[in-house]
Amino acid sequence: MTRMHTRLIVLQIVVVSLIVVLLVRLWQVQMVRGREFVAVATETRTREVVVPALRGQILDAMGRPLVRNSTSLVVSVDRTTFERMPDGGAAVLGRLGKVLRMSPDKIKQQIRACGPGVSRPCWPGSPYHPIPVDSRVTQRQALQILERQEDFPGVTAEIQAVRDYPGGTEAAQLLGYLQPVTQSELEKREGLKASYSGVDLVGRDGLEAVYDAELRGESGLRRVQVDRMGKQIAVTQQKSPTTGDTLVTSIDTRVQSIVEKAVAEAAKSVGSDGAAGVVLDVKTGRVVAMASVPTYNPSVWVGGISEHDYQRLLSKKSGKPLVSRAINGTFAPGSTFKISSVSAMVADGSPLHGTYQCPSSFNVAGRAFGNAGGMSLGSISLHTALVKSCDTVFYRAGYEQWLRDGGNKPKAKVKEPMPNMARAYGFGQRTGIDLPGESPGLIPDRRWKENLWKATKIENCRRAKTGFPEIKDEGRAAFAKRLANENCLEGNIYHAYEAANFSIGQGDVLVTPLQLARAYAALVGDGKVRSPRVGRALFRPDGTLVKEIKVPVVGKLPINKETRDYIRKALSEVTSDGTAAGAFRGFPMNEVKVGGKTGTAEVWGKRDTSWFASFAPAADPRLVTVVMVSQGGFGAETAAPAVRRIWEGIYGLGKNDNGKPLKAALPSGHPVERLPVIRRDGTVAQ
Amino acid sequence: MIQQSAVRSRSFAKRAVGRGSPIRKMDGLMLLAIAALSVIGTLLVWSSTRSWMSVQPTALAKKHVLNILIGVALLGAVAMIDYRRLRTAAPVVFGAALIGLLLVITPMGATINGHHSWITLGGGFAVQPAELAKPALVLILARSLAKPAERTGRPRLISVALCLAATGITTMLVMLEPDLGTTMVLLVITGGTLILAGLRKRWVALFLLLGGAAAAAVWSLGLLKPYQVARFTALINPASDPRGVGYNSTQALVAIGSGELFGKGLFHGGQTTGRFVPEQHTDFIFTVAGEELGFVGSVSVVLLLGVVLLRAVRIARQCDDRFGSLIAGGIVCWFAFQSFVNVGMTIGIMPITGIPLPFVSYGGTAMFANMMAVGMLQAIRIRAYDRRSV
Repeated sequence: MTRMHTRLIVLQIVVVSLIVVLLVRLWQVQMVRGREFVAVATETRTREVVVPALRGQILDAMGRPLVRNSTSLVVSVDRTTFERMPDGGAAVLGRLGKVLRMSPDKIKQQIRACGPGVSRPCWPGSPYHPIPVDSRVTQRQALQILERQEDFPGVTAEIQAVRDYPGGTEAAQLLGYLQPVTQSELEKREGLKASYSGVDLVGRDGLEAVYDAELRGESGLRRVQVDRMGKQIAVTQQKSPTTGDTLVTSIDTRVQSIVEKAVAEAAKSVGSDGAAGVVLDVKTGRVVAMASVPTYNPSVWVGGISEHDYQRLLSKKSGKPLVSRAINGTFAPGSTFKISSVSAMVADGSPLHGTYQCPSSFNVAGRAFGNAGGMSLGSISLHTALVKSCDTVFYRAGYEQWLRDGGNKPKAKVKEPMPNMARAYGFGQRTGIDLPGESPGLIPDRRWKENLWKATKIENCRRAKTGFPEIKDEGRAAFAKRLANENCLEGNIYHAYEAANFSIGQGDVLVTPLQLARAYAALVGDGKVRSPRVGRALFRPDGTLVKEIKVPVVGKLPINKETRDYIRKALSEVTSDGTAAGAFRGFPMNEVKVGGKTGTAEVWGKRDTSWFASFAPAADPRLVTVVMVSQGGFGAETAAPAVRRIWEGIYGLGKNDNGKPLKAALPSGHPVERLPVIRRDGTVAQ
Repeated sequence: MIQQSAVRSRSFAKRAVGRGSPIRKMDGLMLLAIAALSVIGTLLVWSSTRSWMSVQPTALAKKHVLNILIGVALLGAVAMIDYRRLRTAAPVVFGAALIGLLLVITPMGATINGHHSWITLGGGFAVQPAELAKPALVLILARSLAKPAERTGRPRLISVALCLAATGITTMLVMLEPDLGTTMVLLVITGGTLILAGLRKRWVALFLLLGGAAAAAVWSLGLLKPYQVARFTALINPASDPRGVGYNSTQALVAIGSGELFGKGLFHGGQTTGRFVPEQHTDFIFTVAGEELGFVGSVSVVLLLGVVLLRAVRIARQCDDRFGSLIAGGIVCWFAFQSFVNVGMTIGIMPITGIPLPFVSYGGTAMFANMMAVGMLQAIRIRAYDRRSV
C-alpha cells in the first residue's frame, strides 16, 4: 500500500502544480496583459460603418429634376463572413439565389473582387464592405432574408438611396453615371482616405464626374458594436453624413425632350450610326439641350451593372451609346464651316460687298473642283455665296490664299487666313465645357501636315519599299503602296487641293457639334467665343447658393460687327431662299424668323454627314441649334428638318402629332434668366 | 433490542442528517465547492446563452439547473451504495457503457453540433455515451487492478492486459465518432490508474514511449484530420491563422484577458454578448468567467476545482482499500486532466480540444457522469469512515 500512497502523493503534487500553472498564466493574461486585450477586444467588437451621404440632385434650369434620388431595398453580401464558412458560403448563396431568383453563380461573379484578369461583373470596392447584389428587391424578398437571418448569415437587406433618372434615356451621356470608387481613385482624394469602404460612389462620366466633389457630400461615420457575425448590437458613436450640393443646370428638360426626339427620328429615318443635337443660349453661352444618339438608360448602372447590360453598352451593335456625339464625335463640318471661311476672306482683305465668280467648277492646280449639282451663278455677292452655298467661290479664295503663302514651297512666314480664322472660331481645340471626354477636333494646316509627316515618315518610307503584302486585293495593295511612297516623299507638302477642301469644311477638317454651335453663337451673338457650361449654380441642401457657375469668355472673333451682321443676314435667308428653303417650307417666318446653314460633308467610304446649324430669332438671336446626323445624307434633307422640329417645339409653332397646336417649350422664347428657388427642405419652389 | 427499536424509532430525516448518518460522513468541503461551481456555472451558462436565445433567454440556464438537480440525485443515489458492491457491478456497468457507445454507430445515433456522438432517447432528450464511458472505465480499471500480484504488490500482467483491452475497445469506439478530446481523457484515466496501481517505472516509460511513437506515427501518416493538426499549430503560433483555427484561441484569450481584475460584470461582457468565442456555454465557458468575473472570478473557479481535486486525492489516500483508492485516483486523473486542458486551451497553453469544464460547462450527460463520479468518491469516503469508526 505504501507504493500506492507515494504515488498518490505524487498525484497530489501534480494536481497542485497544474493549478499553480493555471493561476500563473491567468495572472499573466488578465493582470499583466489585461489592458492590451481590452484594446483588442474593443477593436474586434466595434466596427466603423461609413454612412454614405445622399448625393445632390441635378436639376434643369427650372428646377425640374434631371437626376434625383429614390429609395430602394438593396440586398448586400458580406464576403468575409462567407469566407469563414466551411463551404465558402455556397449554401447561403444557393438559398439567396432562390429568394432573389438569380443563379448563385451570377451572385458569386458579382461579389468576386475585380482585378487583373477578372472582368465585370465584379466588385471594385473594399472586400470588407457588404457588396450589393441586387438593388431592386421587393419588400417580400427582403423580409424573407431578414426574418431568417440564421439561414442567411452575412446577407443583409436595407434601404438605400439610388439614382433615379426621370428622363429615362434623355441626356444620358451628359448626366453620366456612378460607379463604386476604386482604391486608387480614393487615394487621390484629399481627406477621405480613412473612410474607404467601397460604398462610396464616384461620378464616372458627364456632370456626375465633373461636379463629383460637390454632388458627393460628406460621408458620415457610425461606430457600432457588433457580434461575431457582424450583426449590429448597439451604436456607440455617430457622425451624420452631409448631403451633397444640388447642381442646377442650364438644361431645359422640355427642350431636351424635343431635341432628343427630333435627333432620334432624324437618325432613324436614314439609318444613321450616330447623331447629335445641341442648343446653346447665344447671350450666355450656356447649354440648353444636348442630345446624342444612340443613347441608353443610365439606370442600368444603378446597384451594379449586370454583365449582360455592360457587354451590350460596349458592343458594336449598340453603336457605343456611352459616347456623346455632341462633344466627342468629330466630323467634317461641310458647308456649315463657310462662316469661318467667309470671315477669313474678309479679314484677309476680300471686300465684304464685292462681287465674286461662281462658276460650275474651279480649277485648283490642275484639278477641277465643282459645285454640287454643277450649279453656276455667275457674278454674285458673298451674301448669295452663303445663301446658295456656292463652293467655287470658296475654292478660289482658299486656293488664292494658299498661293499667296507660297503654294507648294511655303514662305518662311505663312498667313494661313482660313485655318487661323477657324481657330479664332474655336475649332481645333476643346471648348472647355464642363463635361469630360471632349474631343478637340482638327484644323489641318501646314504645320500639322509637317508634324504628321515627321511622325509617320519612317513607317511610310518602309511601306513604300516593302509594300502591303498583307492586303489580299492586289489593286488596293498597289494603291496603298503608292500612297505610302507619296507620303514618304512629299507628305510634308500642304497641297492646293487641301487648302481648297479646307475652305468648304472638307478634307481633314473635323469639328464637334458643340464646337460648331458655339462658333455660330459667337457669330450671331456678341462676337465673343465662350467656353460653354451645362452647370449653372450649386446650392447647399438647405437651399442657399454655394456659387453660380460663370461662363468664361475664351476668345473674340477677329471680325467687326458689320461683317458679323452681314453673314448673319445672309444666313437668315438660307431658310427662305437658300439651301434649307425646302426644309422650312411653310414655317411661320413671320412669327419667328430662323436663320441657318446647311452642311453636307463627304466621308470617304460612307454616306455624307448631314449638318444644319441654325439660330433664332434671326434679327436678335437668342438660341443656336446644331443638328448633326452621321451618314445622314444632305444637310437640307435630314438635319434641317430636325432643326425645324426643334424650333417648332421651342416656340410652340405648328401642330403636334395629334393635330393640336404645340405648346411652347420656352414660352418666353428664350431660356429662363433667374435661378430656381430651392426651399430649406430641398424642394424647388415653382 | 431496546437499541434496535430506538434506531427504528428515529425518523428517516434524523437518520439522514443525524450523527453517524451517511451524509455527515460525506466530504462537506468538496460538496460545497461543487455547489459553488454549479451556481457559477449556471450564471455563466445564463449569461452566455441569453443573447442568442432571444425568445427564451433563460431556457438553457433552466435546463442546466435541471441537469444539476438530476446530477445531485444521481450523486446521492451512488453515494448511498456500498462502493464495494460496485466491484461486482463493474463489468455490467462497463458492458452497458460499451453498448451505449455502439448505439451511437447505429441509426439511433445522432449528429448534434457537428459531432456524431449522441443517441436520442425521444422527447427531445439525447445523451452522449462517451461521457458515461469515463466513470465506467474508471470502475473496470479499478476492479482489474484491485488485486495485485501477492509477491510484488504490483499489477499482474493479466490485469494490465485486461485494462489495456478495455481501454482499447472504449477508445476505439469513441474515436469512431470521432471525439479526440474524450479519447485523450480515457487514455489519461488508464495511464493514471495504472501508475497509481504500481506499474513498474520501466513499463510506464515503455508505455509513454509507445504512446509517443504512436502519436508521431499518427501525425506523420496523416491520420489526423487537417483541422486537428491545425489546432496544434495554432497553439504554437495563434497568429498563424487568426481568422481560421487560431480565431477560437485568439478570441478566447482576448475575452479572458479583457476581463482584467474584476471583470466587466455578469451579463456585461462584450465579447460574450457578441459571441466572438464559439461554444461559449460548453467548451469555452471559462472565457465567460474570465471576461465577466475577471481575474477574481477565474481564479475562484480554478481554486474551487482545485478544492474538489485535492479533496478527492485525500479520499484516495485515506481509503485503506485498494479498489476504492484506485477509483478515487482514476477520478482525480479524469477531473484534473479535463480541468487543466479546458482552462489551458482558453488561455493559450493547451491546444483547442472538445473537452468540457467539469461542473461548469453546459451539458447534461457530462454533468451526470461528473456527479456520479462524485457520488462514488463520497461512497468511498462514507465506507472509509465506517471502517475507521468501527
